[in-house]
Amino acid sequence: MPTLEHPEYPEATLLHLESIMPCRESQMSTLLSVFGERQQYSFPSIFIYGHTSSGKTYVLQTLLKTLELPHVFVNCIECSTSRLLLEKILSQLQSLSSKTKHASHISCDTLNQFVCLFKQEIMAEELQNETIYIVLDKAEQLREMEANVLPAFLRLQELADRNVTVILVTEIVWELFRPNTGCFEPFTLYFPDYSIGHLQKILSHDHPPEYSADFYAAYINILLGVFYTVCRDLKELRHLAALNFSKYCEPVVKGEANERDTRRLWKNIESHLKKAMQTVYLREVSSSQWERLQQDDGEPGQVKGLSAHTHVELPYYSKFLLIAAYLASYNPSRSDKRFFLKHHGKMKRTTFLKKHEKTSNHLLGPKPFPLDRLLAILYSIVDKRVAPTGNIFSQISSLVTLQLLTLVGHDDQLDGPRYKCTVSLDFIRAIARTVNFDIIKYLYDFL
Amino acid sequence: MSTCSVSKGCFVFKPKSKKRRIASTADYFNDSKNDSEDSGLRFATCESLWKQIKSETEQIQEELNKQLYDNIIRFLRQSHSEFQEKKTEWACRMKSSEIPTAALVLGVNVTDHDLTFKRLSEVLQDNVTPYVVSLQAKECPGIRYLLKKLMGQLMDCYVEDQSEEEEYVTVSKKRIRCSLDALTDWYECVTKKTGSETPSKKRTSPSHWQSPPVVVIFKDMESFTTKVLQDFIVISSQHIHELPLVLIFGIATSPMIIHRLLPHSVSSLLCIELFQCLSCKEHLGTVIDKLLLTTKFPFKLSEKVLQVLINIFLYHDFSVQNFIKGFQLSVVEHFYSQPLSVLCCHLPEAKKRVNSFSHEQCEHIRSLPSFRRYVESQVSEKQIALLTEDNFVKEVTWILLEDLHIYHENYFPVLKCLHIFTSSLPKYPLGKQIRELHCACLEKRVWETEEYESALQLVRMLCKADLVAMLQKCVKIFMSFPGKEFGNTVEKLEEFLSRFQNLEVAEASKVQDESISSQKELQKKTDLYHLQKTLLQLKESRRSKKLTKFEMLRFEVVDFIDSLVRNYLAPAEMQTLHEVVYFGAASTLCEHLNAAPRTALHTALNNPYFYLKNQALKSDAGCISNKAPDICIAYKLHLECGRLINLVDWLEAFSTVVTAVKGTDSDSVASDEVDEIIHARFIRAVSELQLLGFIKPSKQKTDHVAKLTWGGC
Repeated sequence: MPTLEHPEYPEATLLHLESIMPCRESQMSTLLSVFGERQQYSFPSIFIYGHTSSGKTYVLQTLLKTLELPHVFVNCIECSTSRLLLEKILSQLQSLSSKTKHASHISCDTLNQFVCLFKQEIMAEELQNETIYIVLDKAEQLREMEANVLPAFLRLQELADRNVTVILVTEIVWELFRPNTGCFEPFTLYFPDYSIGHLQKILSHDHPPEYSADFYAAYINILLGVFYTVCRDLKELRHLAALNFSKYCEPVVKGEANERDTRRLWKNIESHLKKAMQTVYLREVSSSQWERLQQDDGEPGQVKGLSAHTHVELPYYSKFLLIAAYLASYNPSRSDKRFFLKHHGKMKRTTFLKKHEKTSNHLLGPKPFPLDRLLAILYSIVDKRVAPTGNIFSQISSLVTLQLLTLVGHDDQLDGPRYKCTVSLDFIRAIARTVNFDIIKYLYDFL
Repeated sequence: MSTCSVSKGCFVFKPKSKKRRIASTADYFNDSKNDSEDSGLRFATCESLWKQIKSETEQIQEELNKQLYDNIIRFLRQSHSEFQEKKTEWACRMKSSEIPTAALVLGVNVTDHDLTFKRLSEVLQDNVTPYVVSLQAKECPGIRYLLKKLMGQLMDCYVEDQSEEEEYVTVSKKRIRCSLDALTDWYECVTKKTGSETPSKKRTSPSHWQSPPVVVIFKDMESFTTKVLQDFIVISSQHIHELPLVLIFGIATSPMIIHRLLPHSVSSLLCIELFQCLSCKEHLGTVIDKLLLTTKFPFKLSEKVLQVLINIFLYHDFSVQNFIKGFQLSVVEHFYSQPLSVLCCHLPEAKKRVNSFSHEQCEHIRSLPSFRRYVESQVSEKQIALLTEDNFVKEVTWILLEDLHIYHENYFPVLKCLHIFTSSLPKYPLGKQIRELHCACLEKRVWETEEYESALQLVRMLCKADLVAMLQKCVKIFMSFPGKEFGNTVEKLEEFLSRFQNLEVAEASKVQDESISSQKELQKKTDLYHLQKTLLQLKESRRSKKLTKFEMLRFEVVDFIDSLVRNYLAPAEMQTLHEVVYFGAASTLCEHLNAAPRTALHTALNNPYFYLKNQALKSDAGCISNKAPDICIAYKLHLECGRLINLVDWLEAFSTVVTAVKGTDSDSVASDEVDEIIHARFIRAVSELQLLGFIKPSKQKTDHVAKLTWGGC
């Protein structure tokens, strides 16, 4: 018994739709009923939202394509300005209506122009008695365009006085869209996340032709068992499934196990999948490298991940500058006396600090410091006398370009620039070790 | 101006078309205080020498990076073959298509990167694809600018490729909006064209691949904003099926930056592979080895200059380019400042030049400190001859130059040989790198230093296997140098080696015998006295036994090496005429390369005599002279103040200083009123200080300015 019913379309088509889009029946039927029949006016604007890879774009695209509804599909992320967006819609409309491609370029600067041109386009063709759908994917980009773009699209039906429906597809909720001047409220439709059962069903859906569906389903089951806790992204899971499937089949291909021997297969694949979770999934190791490893039967440990290369070699004074910056960022400035003066006397941590400073500075993050303090600390931690040469100053700015320091606030160099040190404790300790500087002794938090 | 006309009146003179002479380096050489007879020659020598050095450095860089480029091209080929495959296979269909990305870790020496990237894109353009785009962060503050830049560069390479169809391109260029759609269309159009046309016209170079990938190089990954990168990657990943894009990230710090810049949802669109560039220290090592530790170039650096250059490299920038620039500066400076540098060329040429020396130039030679030392060491008749006869000086110079050349020919092999011994010692008493050893040898007699002594001690304790390996390496080094000098040395070394081999056989049996016999003795039944005696004997024998044959031989080897060092590694400053080829003005170099702007500013303001050279300004350090420029007075007064400076007090102090001398006669005025002119001068001085960044107006207190600097400089 089909869940989708619609008087307009033949049952076979609907059944086909259901089979290629599992687990999205209710959303589909809602959409179908909102769309109504071909010539009927539909809701002026529909707002579809849901988490990443919950099938929003896929459902819409297949629905519109299979039912052969006239539509325009635009991904807003490609259009950095409203002009690009409008022109793209118009050019797609053009190619939609006239089958013969005459690529005359339309230029369209404002929405007003757009509405006129839009009417013209439709008038010219035989699209007048059907609803035209304009789908704007990644619609959150619209918020960064001119203020009138979003409200105008929401009531395009009224403005153009044509049978048109605008569909916005996005990952965030409508409340984050609503302009504070108010606008036409679209019909909102939520696509919930797939549950583990759904994922299993969808992933098993496309098994390789050489193997049986059951065999693949068992594999998917193992895969989900490992990855479901960290990743629910369908696309990513599918990618991982494809990457690791050859390894899973290995015993079967070699003839060591048959397809039913799930326990054995599980034993073979589980550790492999866990390794994949730490490497390929995080893109520490690229997919092609991973595949090569599988083919060569090498240990995944052979290829070092990206984060294995944390070591950064720096010139001698840059190291000290970075250390000085770290100290300036994480020590309260009043403690400088204690660390860098020879006769500082005893200062206990608890007595000379205000209450809020007793919390660990490392939890609060780096604080900005002026250039002079950085240099003062530098002069006192370097054993030799450091001349304030141009090279020292240029090193500071090259540390900024390397993103090891950041310039805080305005970048007026005359007006006492302030910096923040952005490196981690581990990093700075590794740096300090290379110059034999015991940084822990100088850190207020570890007193 | 005068005219030939007799009548009075206005005459129009057209200005003579003066050709503005562009001062070239050659003129600079000629304008120098020196006699200009040989300056042209010196300049020519300098230029030709530099040309050689430059081509050598470029070659070094090329060789060093070859491996890297090959790896990248292999990666491109591999990822490209995946793109070209038909996507019918199940696994290919299921996998999300990632953008192939090469993460290129280049090290923090950003100044060197430009050359590497330039070369890389040339290599790619020659071998892989005409479509190489390199982007810099400062050109792409937004995605629009990035796309614009990208398309602009791509269209340009298209134009280059097919110049006949420029018309078509310019037309399309006007119309194209910057979007990846347009780019995809363009790519399709281009590849279709070349695909259909190449068989007949063969315009594209045959080495390019079918449907060549579009390579986008992000030169400085760290400086790109997250948003731009993310947007670009997301957009291009949607077109990856039509547009075979390959990204290259130039990374200066560590590849972790990719994770820091890109969230997982974006980095999962990339297929990142890591490529590591050669470390800059190794690069420098090769450059020093090929440029300095060779007799190929007559020009040499003295210890101090080399130390300055190396210090700048190690302490400040890690930039090999800057090192080479410094080297260039020393070359130019040497030829400019040293009149005898005309002899700094290859030996036969130098001999010719000596023969054509004028009297004045001979005087130059006589005034060289090293030559004077040489003269003093001669017998008196010869001294007189040397000081009076030009021809005799020329002859001697001739011989001395030859000596200097031979000294260099011997110096480098022995240095390398010594380095083999010292580079593997624990704690590296003479340094790990050959450059450190070189500096030590140039500085003074290396065999008189403590480090050398301790190094030899350690060499005396080396085990046989190491020693033999080192000796073999030394033989190889001496063999590779063409000089005939070392025939004996090689023979000697080989003799040592054979003796070591003979030892091996003899010793094996002997040692066993001894140990067995001594143990047997101990096992015999004895009383306490005898036991003690035998033990003492054993101990004694062990002490004396220290000199086994092997140990004797080892001593011999060490002594031999020592003699080599004493013979050949004398510091260059001991050599006569070393000034001709060695550049020693380290302080000049330092001034140019490691400038101290704050110190210079402080000196200028604190002690104006230093720059102005006006006798009136000469003053003691402590007091403030009223003859100094106003800004100096204001500056000195401001040094005495705290963080906030009261302008009124400052003005008063200023006017006191300025009127100090006049004070005797202007006592009568003696009012609080400050002279208007002095007021104006003060204000000008203060605003000049503000322009220089010493003070700024403060909002904390009215009539106060805040001091921005801290400390004396």
